Amino acid sequence: MSDDAVSAEEVRHVAELARVGLTDEEVDQFTRQFADVLEYFETLDEVPEVEREADLTNVMRPDEERDSLDREEALRNAPETEDGYFKGPNVS
Amino acid sequence: MSENVFITEERIEGDDDGPLAGRTVAVKDNISTAGVRTTCGSRMLEEYVPPYDATVVSRLKDAGATIVGKTNMDEFGMGSTTETSSFGPTDNPAAPGRVPGGSSGGSAAAVAAGEADLALGSDTGGSIRCPAAFCGVVGIKPTYGLVSRYGLVAYGNSLEQIGPFANSVEDAAQLLDVIAGDDEHDATTREPPRGSDGRTGDARETREPQLENGASYADAATGDVDGLQIGVPTELLEGADEGVVETFWDAIADLEDRGAEYHEVSLPSVEHAVEAYYVIAMSEASSNLARFDGVRYGHDADAEGNWNETFAQAREEGFGDEVKRRILLGTYALSAGYHDKYYKKAQDARAWVKQDFDEALEEADVLASPTMPVPPFERGKSLEDPLQMYLADANTVPVNLADLPAISVPAGETDGLPVGLQLVGPAFGEERLIRAASALE
Repeated sequence: MSDDAVSAEEVRHVAELARVGLTDEEVDQFTRQFADVLEYFETLDEVPEVEREADLTNVMRPDEERDSLDREEALRNAPETEDGYFKGPNVS
Repeated sequence: MSENVFITEERIEGDDDGPLAGRTVAVKDNISTAGVRTTCGSRMLEEYVPPYDATVVSRLKDAGATIVGKTNMDEFGMGSTTETSSFGPTDNPAAPGRVPGGSSGGSAAAVAAGEADLALGSDTGGSIRCPAAFCGVVGIKPTYGLVSRYGLVAYGNSLEQIGPFANSVEDAAQLLDVIAGDDEHDATTREPPRGSDGRTGDARETREPQLENGASYADAATGDVDGLQIGVPTELLEGADEGVVETFWDAIADLEDRGAEYHEVSLPSVEHAVEAYYVIAMSEASSNLARFDGVRYGHDADAEGNWNETFAQAREEGFGDEVKRRILLGTYALSAGYHDKYYKKAQDARAWVKQDFDEALEEADVLASPTMPVPPFERGKSLEDPLQMYLADANTVPVNLADLPAISVPAGETDGLPVGLQLVGPAFGEERLIRAASALE
């Protein structure tokens, strides 16, 4: 295991950034597994800097009005709606 | 259904006639079907019913196909066994007790078990080719941009393509004919270039739909490999199972008997392909899967608290372990202080892999390797060690990094277990792959 192998604290921090709740067992398990995976990712250090040729062309179209999903369809999968809007949790 | 092939069995009838009239197609459950639930193998989307069809589904219907159901898969496409599905594992019809491969395991199993004539899967790092190899069927991962991703629930969108499964190369090619081609809903798509079998033409100057060397991909399944130059990347044979390697060389000998020639090539960059692939795929996943918050669609946690707490609980309950692992590792790789160390280096590795393939394909028409370095795993043995799982993708992920097309075709068996042979071609060189692969049938 390398020196900067990930700590349980870091796993909790990343989970918070990603808005994923974790149980204590998951934190333990992920801390062990992430150490292995991140150690393996370290080998990317050996990759030389490579010139990247972007072989891309922009795809443009005129900005024309067109039909979209109607409101009822768009709301159909929402667990909660109110007055034709999505209803989310309280911000704070 | 003993194999647990489908998550949802529901018939969707297509038009009365068309090239696929009378044919049945199974569709992977991360491809949107209007009015028929599309779960991605996840509790998060257990009740999600798309309001629109994916472009490939519209094209299936227009071609007269009958869709017979939505197939089981690793959750959000993350796995090589179809065991991370929240709807239970799928058995391998060609090797009972073994995994069907993944992530499109249900689609490959549907074709292998005769539940459907054809199937659609998606391939982000091997998710069509791995199950095709493990179930003893044909699978094609098209060139990035050949097939529309509109309506495919995104996991790693710079890497993935929808592609066909079938029991024969010609049938898979016929399904590719139906789904290929540009789409105004996906700006990364284009028509296949004209005039060179993908060998030389500058594709960007033309958007003609016709293929020069055949009216269709299906017409290319002639089995003619006379004079074909096959490159065999030595790195993709290292560490592979002995029986798999033996079966592979037998297949190459068959192609030689039919007039093909092979030489060994070296692709030094592929030694770093797996780590580059996982850094990029996980980073993209962490961003793509941020949309699942249980507000507009998806699992509703019925939680108390502010929006951060509510989102975290919906995602804790809705996502399985492998999905959480990849979101977290992707978030880590993109976070301040680590971006240059992981993500930037992975993009360097990706460009290097592309260069290596381009150079090798200047000296060879196609590159050949075993699709998977091992025969199908026994069920229930593979989820303990994620890193070992990731390493099994060594032969398939470089192709996604290079945006190239590849086909997996049955090459024979080792100890009664299916072995797949992978052929990789130049961008938009699908015809050449179809022609070469059909020689092995």
